[in-house]
Amino acid sequence: MMKDWEVVIGLEIHAQLATRSKIFSGAATAYGAPPNTQACLVDLAYPGVLPVLNAEAVRMAVKFGLAIGAQIAERSIFARKNYFYPDLPKGYQISQYEQPIVGRGAIEIVLEDGTSKRIGITRAHLEEDAGKSLHEGLANATGIDLNRAGTPLLEIVSEPDMRSAKEAVAYMKKLHTLVRYLEICDGNMQEGSFRCDANVSVRPRGAQKFGTRAEIKNLNSFRFVEKAIQYEVARQIELIDSGGTVVQETRLYDSDRDETRSMRSKEEANDYRYFPDPDLLPLAVDRAFIESVRASLPELPDQKAARFVTDYQLSRYDAGVLSASRETGAYFEAVVAHAGAAHAKLAANWVMGELSSALNRENLEIDAARVGPQALGGLLERIVDGTISGKIAKEVFEAMWSEGRDADAIIAAKGLRQITDVGAIAKAIDEVIAANPKQLADYRAGKDKLFGFFVGQVMKATAGKANPAQLNDLLKAKLGGG
Amino acid sequence: MSWHARSIAELVTALERREISSVELTGHFLERISALNGALNALITVTADRALGDAAVADRRRAAGERGPLLGIPLIHKDIFCTDGVRTSCGSRMLDNFIAPYDATVVARLKAAGAVMLGKANMDEFAMGSSNETSYYGPVRNPWDLGKVPGGSSGGSAAAVAARLAPFSTGTDTGGSIRQPAALSGVTGIKPTYGRVSRYGMIAFASSLDQAGVFARSAADAAAALGAIAGFDPRDSTSVDAPVPDYAATLDAPLTGVRIGLVQEFAEALEPRNAALIAGALDVFRSLGAETTTVSLPSLPLSVPTYYVVAPAECSSNLSRFDGVRFGYRCADPRDLRDLYERSRGEGFGAEVKRRIMTGTYVLSAGYFDAYYLKAQKVRQLIADEFCTAFQRVDLLIGPTTPTPAFGIGAKIDDPVTMYLNDIYTIGANLAGLPAISAPCGFVDGLPMGVQLIGPHFAEGRLLNAVHRYQLATDWHARTAPGYA
Repeated sequence: MMKDWEVVIGLEIHAQLATRSKIFSGAATAYGAPPNTQACLVDLAYPGVLPVLNAEAVRMAVKFGLAIGAQIAERSIFARKNYFYPDLPKGYQISQYEQPIVGRGAIEIVLEDGTSKRIGITRAHLEEDAGKSLHEGLANATGIDLNRAGTPLLEIVSEPDMRSAKEAVAYMKKLHTLVRYLEICDGNMQEGSFRCDANVSVRPRGAQKFGTRAEIKNLNSFRFVEKAIQYEVARQIELIDSGGTVVQETRLYDSDRDETRSMRSKEEANDYRYFPDPDLLPLAVDRAFIESVRASLPELPDQKAARFVTDYQLSRYDAGVLSASRETGAYFEAVVAHAGAAHAKLAANWVMGELSSALNRENLEIDAARVGPQALGGLLERIVDGTISGKIAKEVFEAMWSEGRDADAIIAAKGLRQITDVGAIAKAIDEVIAANPKQLADYRAGKDKLFGFFVGQVMKATAGKANPAQLNDLLKAKLGGG
Repeated sequence: MSWHARSIAELVTALERREISSVELTGHFLERISALNGALNALITVTADRALGDAAVADRRRAAGERGPLLGIPLIHKDIFCTDGVRTSCGSRMLDNFIAPYDATVVARLKAAGAVMLGKANMDEFAMGSSNETSYYGPVRNPWDLGKVPGGSSGGSAAAVAARLAPFSTGTDTGGSIRQPAALSGVTGIKPTYGRVSRYGMIAFASSLDQAGVFARSAADAAAALGAIAGFDPRDSTSVDAPVPDYAATLDAPLTGVRIGLVQEFAEALEPRNAALIAGALDVFRSLGAETTTVSLPSLPLSVPTYYVVAPAECSSNLSRFDGVRFGYRCADPRDLRDLYERSRGEGFGAEVKRRIMTGTYVLSAGYFDAYYLKAQKVRQLIADEFCTAFQRVDLLIGPTTPTPAFGIGAKIDDPVTMYLNDIYTIGANLAGLPAISAPCGFVDGLPMGVQLIGPHFAEGRLLNAVHRYQLATDWHARTAPGYA
């Protein structure tokens, strides 16, 4: 007998802040340099060196806090989290513990059914990343690369407000959008710039108490988050149903096998011996600074989406998709500027449809699209003015994409101008009707579905260029026996 | 008068008049080191060639018209300060092989001022100790009695100045590590306000308490040295961005009307001969126009237990970086990572360092944090507040630096608690971040004793002024250990 379970998920997201230098040293943060070439004496924790906080990291954290409507702490504290590991040179990680810079806030996520849900954010705090242990190509040895050591991270901790893997992914995507809007994180998940730990538990629906949670570490793609949570939920339910109990532990997701595995239990967990880092004074940010950061905030995704709904009469869903990145929003608005606000819905369909699939096909960012917004706007103008049909337009778009020429040049070269001459269309219809007496008889006997057959035949005869509306009207009249 | 008996100001005058070059002066002190350090063990490393080279540079700078209160003056750095290209051992086997790749800010500033480093001074391992007996390089001997300790942790720096191996030296003071050895070795030592001198490049013991300072034969010499190292450093977030006054300019200010308060908690239960020395010092200050009174700081007796929670807590974390992975001692043939950690640290650290790491780890542990670390922080605040209140009534506080004169090598090393009580009078200033100075004030059993003055934050100038006036009226500071004159 299957009980009705409720899934409870909270996420801890680590966003690497896009500062040029590290959070406590002057070393560069660029990705992919040869090992240990971007680690200075501070990153290497040489005797005598001291941390100095990067003001830009603070500004970015404040920016994030303001964007989620959170309270910014005017005084926050850096603590030391003590544990030994070779990729942690000091033997402690500097991280905000009891008094984080960003307090309670929230974001809205839009679910697939169009409803929206508010997800609480408990806190966000600044901390430094560790280095990396390397095992590949080293026999009986471990290499240490400290390039990443000291890279600034913003750890964003959610409330346990998500109730499905899909919600968790929607939340993560929303934050991903937000940090890129704010230009505080490049969002590159392959490089680990945006990754997450998921706290997952289940409880009988209606229960007040949370179930025991497992923490799944280091999920670095939306797909892995979804699959890892789904696996973990199934594992926990199965475990409980078979009489077992979930233990609090840290688990790792193995994407090759699509399963989570125990890493360490609560009992094995380190005692981190947190205490305030005496090398760093309490971080003070004053009202004036906070206000100056507020004044620098860009239009946020939700604001942009709301504006798209109001200004362009888009659906909430379309507005959400088109505001998912600053670049997409800018592209869309450039198309609209060309095609006219009255045709915003058409522009939206094209950006989300043909353009998006062409980009996906070639794995390109929208900035690198082979058809720019002006060119796409030009194409849409030809649809609007009746020069070509929507169907032909797709063919023109593909040609624009591969040839790099504008819509008018391709329409002229390929002779794709729409046939709007009633006589020419009527002639084509007559020929089709004459050639298909049986279908005509069937249609007239009540088989309405055959209308589509006739449309297709006429389109074929006119190489798709017949004006669809005119064709429709004429065909209806002629088939009706007129 | 021999060169090593002269004040820094006298040496500068001699250099200016070309009576001696910095190379010759440096050579003179290097000769003394080579003759006397064998018995004293005050220096771990002597950088003779480098010193003579630096002295030649100082001579050229002076010849080019440059002047400066330390240009061409030799000194010795405590081996806790990183010195580019020179071993920086911190008195530990752990760093016996460590050649620092950079200069500490203190070192860089003195270099820029033209001071000439003769070598690196012996010290208690990682500055943990009050007798210099915890050093991997063996104990330093007190010039006044080679069977006695010089105090610690900056024992080598104190003994070196006492033996006239250098006109001045640098030290660090976390719980008394400048003032206590200054007292036991018969020299003047000042610990500035926390944040006055950069900690960058100074190997950390307890970050919230550590402060660099200097040893010299007099307050006037100390003023010249402190002026060179004090000041804001953007590489130390706890250094304070406040202008550095001209300490030499205020040395002679009269003490008329200066209010000096005897700390009642220090005066109680003081050994009678020690009490008589402090009373004598008070008489001198009164004769110089100061007004004396008694002040109570009721929480001050809690200093030692408070310190022995806070300092070990911070050191247990600060010393985690010594793991055998990137620098310093690494055990032979580690089996695995755990073995590498355990044996590198087990073999690289000495007993006192391990004791403090373990104490510190304990007081920060889950379940004990509130009872120890958090409570100690509250007491620390209480002590700081009481000092603050006291400084509304008086300009300076006065008391002994140590309970007793120098004790025998080996006498206390097996009894840590007795050893820790040596710092009973000095720790308060560290907990409150206050500047404090120790100056010679007489003898007990033929061994030097020190009087301690504590001032409000950034009152270094006033402390140096008071001690300078005291030293104009007395000659305790001018007495030299027999055989070292």
